[in-house]
Amino acid sequence: MSKSKHVTRWLAMGLVAGVAALAAAPASAQSTLDTVKKRGKILCGVSPVAPGFSYADDKGARRGFDVDICRAVSAAVFADPDKVEYVPLNTNVRFQALQSGEVDILSRQNTWSYTRDTSLGLDFGPVVFYDGQGLMVPAKLNVKSAAELSDAAICLLPGTTTLQNLEDYFRPKNIKYESVVFENSDEWRNAFFSGRCDATTTDRSDLASVRAIANDPEQYVILPETISKEPLAPAIRQNDPNWRDILNWSVYTLIAAEEKGITQANVEDHLKSEDPEVQRMLGVSGDFGKMIGLDNKWSFNIIKMVGNYGEVFDRNLGPKTRLGLSRGPNKLWTEGGLLYSPPFR
Amino acid sequence: MRLDASSGTRLLYDLRVRAIIYQVVAVASVVFLGLYLFSNVSQKLAEQNIATGFNFLSREAGFVISQTLIDYKPSDTYGRAILVGITNTIWVSAWGVVFATVIGFFVGIARLSSNPLLALLAFLYVEALRNVPLLLYLFLWYALIVTSLPSVRDAWELLPHVFLSNSGLTVPSLNWSSAHTAALAALLLGGILAVFVRRRIVAERVRTGRERVTWPLVAVALLAPSLLAILLFQPDLAFSLPEKGRFRLTGGAQLKPEFVALLVGLALSASAGIAEIVRSGILSVRKGQWEAARALGLSDGRTMRLVVIPQALRVIIPPLTSSYLSLFKNSSLAIAIGYPDLVMVSNTTMNQTGQAIEGIAIFMLVYLGLSITISVFMNWYNSRVALKER
Repeated sequence: MSKSKHVTRWLAMGLVAGVAALAAAPASAQSTLDTVKKRGKILCGVSPVAPGFSYADDKGARRGFDVDICRAVSAAVFADPDKVEYVPLNTNVRFQALQSGEVDILSRQNTWSYTRDTSLGLDFGPVVFYDGQGLMVPAKLNVKSAAELSDAAICLLPGTTTLQNLEDYFRPKNIKYESVVFENSDEWRNAFFSGRCDATTTDRSDLASVRAIANDPEQYVILPETISKEPLAPAIRQNDPNWRDILNWSVYTLIAAEEKGITQANVEDHLKSEDPEVQRMLGVSGDFGKMIGLDNKWSFNIIKMVGNYGEVFDRNLGPKTRLGLSRGPNKLWTEGGLLYSPPFR
Repeated sequence: MRLDASSGTRLLYDLRVRAIIYQVVAVASVVFLGLYLFSNVSQKLAEQNIATGFNFLSREAGFVISQTLIDYKPSDTYGRAILVGITNTIWVSAWGVVFATVIGFFVGIARLSSNPLLALLAFLYVEALRNVPLLLYLFLWYALIVTSLPSVRDAWELLPHVFLSNSGLTVPSLNWSSAHTAALAALLLGGILAVFVRRRIVAERVRTGRERVTWPLVAVALLAPSLLAILLFQPDLAFSLPEKGRFRLTGGAQLKPEFVALLVGLALSASAGIAEIVRSGILSVRKGQWEAARALGLSDGRTMRLVVIPQALRVIIPPLTSSYLSLFKNSSLAIAIGYPDLVMVSNTTMNQTGQAIEGIAIFMLVYLGLSITISVFMNWYNSRVALKER
């Protein structure tokens, strides 16, 4: 028998064995909470680099607003905010990573939209940040409003609905424009700063961080129009209502804590609170933790370890940070904002 | 009888039968594996409530593409948008192939030049271009264009109505109509006719051995159809002139920096490889051929053109095919510098619809199909220039 026949035979046997192995490996369905507990950590999909939302600090630790959402869930599940492994995902692969189980929570400046909610096999948690797409132009162009941008060239990044929002906004106004789309955010910023484009567009929170990077931020102005609604919400797979409850109520805990005036510093004092809702929240009375498969101290742990919504916002995005964002619509409903937690009862 | 009882086993030991069994098993396994993957993916997607299928292609795209060869507006479908991406990919690759081939041939010949300065320059050119990844060159060319040229508001007016800025080169253009297309088609027809006439004339000269003045005939064949078409259809000769608007130049035709950077990057990088292929082809032609041609009194230029290159082509064409294929596939790096090729349009589509598997399937199929087309064409050309044994 010649040598090549040997090769053919082994190849055929290998193929058969491979196919058999593949066919014999069914995926077992298990609840996300069980999987996470067995693994000992939560897999959290975040942006690779997004100042304020997700970035590595000088010691290499991940920080940011999106990161704190995952830390809150970790505190609820493990009584430790750092049992999280962060998986940096770019915009193109983020939903696939969630669908395929590579991450348990996608906390990555995702806009909650109809198509995504209905056709991607995922569910969105509560809105954690109300954003909107804005436009930024060099101050020397003396543009006061987006309606003046007829025939302008606009630089932008793909991977989001930015391009579609722009068209939805400009088409009814009959404004023609040129779009230049970059995959790489450095190229995108450079093209805008060097004058290849007259304007750039992305979510307002992002524009603030691009402006902060410019040599002289004063040379750029963010136009007053908000051309789209961008409710940013963490996402999870659609098939696990319990995991969804855990995410939802972890976020609501952050909001409710701010509403009740409970902070990282004074949460111990509130254990003695007379307010029955606070007692239920903090696990002093009732069995609220058990109802979602967690320890009764879960809420207490979130506030103790991560803080309330206001603290999370100020730490990552607020006026004292480089982004310097004001709360805007992200104030509590009691103060004229949109943040509202259903009651703990 | 005993013979019959054991013939089943004996058949299994027959080498030819075994060979067939192995092949059937191998093919069946591959088909089974493919079907298994397909059904597995569809089932998983259905379980997770993820939309599948290609229905999205007929939905409205709703995004702008700034450089298009065919008519496109944001209210057209995703299918149309992807078609725009495909034509853009073909457009930049086709020009890339033309430039890379021309530059590559010159540099390849220059590397063999007896002039040491020229040979050294060609050597440096090749080594500088082929030893750095194309992506980095794309960033470099793009950054050079965008940062070294003035912004569009201070555009240089090179000639009247011709502007150069970091938004591209803007020139006056004809208001294109079907009459222009007809004239262009007639010009193309004239070209084909001229080649045909010239062949007849050469054949005549070979047959009779007489040299006659024939260029007027060729010129008539070349120009007559287009003159006729111009008289017949009377295309509008009014120009659309670029004018400075508030932000951009409006009117005229534009050569955008994203296209230029990509074209330059693709053409130069490929030309370095092609130069080496051409050099190896020329060196493969034996010295005796040169000496024989000189003995016949042919000049160096004619020796190269009539004797060496035709023989070198046999060595050049197969690796040249690979160069063309990689140039074509490398055009997908367009996404880094903002040229709306197939990959970029597909990416936007995938992001808006969330149907990544279908999107990737489409662009893989398109690349596969077009690559095979290039290969088939080049193989056909290769068989034409191959050594013919008579």
